[in-house]
Amino acid sequence: MSTTSIPAPRTGYSRHKSTRSKFEMFAWLFMRISGIVLVILIFGHLFVNLWAGEGVQAIDFGFVAGKWASPFWQIWDLLMLWLAMLHGTNGLRTIIMDYAEKPGTRMSLQVILYIASIVVIVLGTLVIFTFDPCPAGADPALLASFCQA
Amino acid sequence: MAKASTGTLYRGNEGMWSWVAHRVTGVGIFFFLLVHVLDTALVRVSPEAYNAVIGTYKTPVMAFGEIALVAAIAFHAFNGLRVILVDFSKSGPKNQKKLFWGVMIIWLIIMLAFIPRQMMHTFGG
Repeated sequence: MSTTSIPAPRTGYSRHKSTRSKFEMFAWLFMRISGIVLVILIFGHLFVNLWAGEGVQAIDFGFVAGKWASPFWQIWDLLMLWLAMLHGTNGLRTIIMDYAEKPGTRMSLQVILYIASIVVIVLGTLVIFTFDPCPAGADPALLASFCQA
Repeated sequence: MAKASTGTLYRGNEGMWSWVAHRVTGVGIFFFLLVHVLDTALVRVSPEAYNAVIGTYKTPVMAFGEIALVAAIAFHAFNGLRVILVDFSKSGPKNQKKLFWGVMIIWLIIMLAFIPRQMMHTFGG
């Protein structure tokens, strides 16, 4: 006669053993953490580029060169690029999951989204790190004043 | 419209519409971001190319586009903070409607400050 073990009452019941990855939980948490950081980064960006001084009218190549001459703004913009792109990509992933019902549509929209995101993140990162504020042969009138040395 | 007695407090009210607006503004901001990284990338092409494209941001038509952008960002930012409070604060869910109206007031203050500032930058004065 085989013995059957009967669990003691009120030992707790696990509805489902956690076999799935914790990816969705991390994605949920990432949206909240990156969101708080982005509020600071983006309002700072909007204040400097749209509010202060002459606002958008002051932005040109020399303005960008002046900002990226400082590692502070390089890191600010790099962090903003990565966090905003990952936050936005995950947001669009959520929307695709909600509204695209056919597996083929879900898959192709996600592939387009991820390719676009990777291209923009890689391009933006390369631009920040390889930017030359005083390109050789450029019209000096278009460059920042610190290029005349 | 469904009433609380039929089992939903959410549908058709502040909670639902803020969720809809959060999605709409989020998608809009994301597509602007794709364009904005590409236009900024023109600094690696030449100063002329970058100045040409950034010049289009300075036109009166685009000045209104920037107002729409700031409106979308301000709503998404403060409604996002509201979502965080609803998720993590003990009294958040109970006060989600008040928080929504708080978001609308902060949004209105930002717009009332930014619109004249933007007009000043665009049209002088």
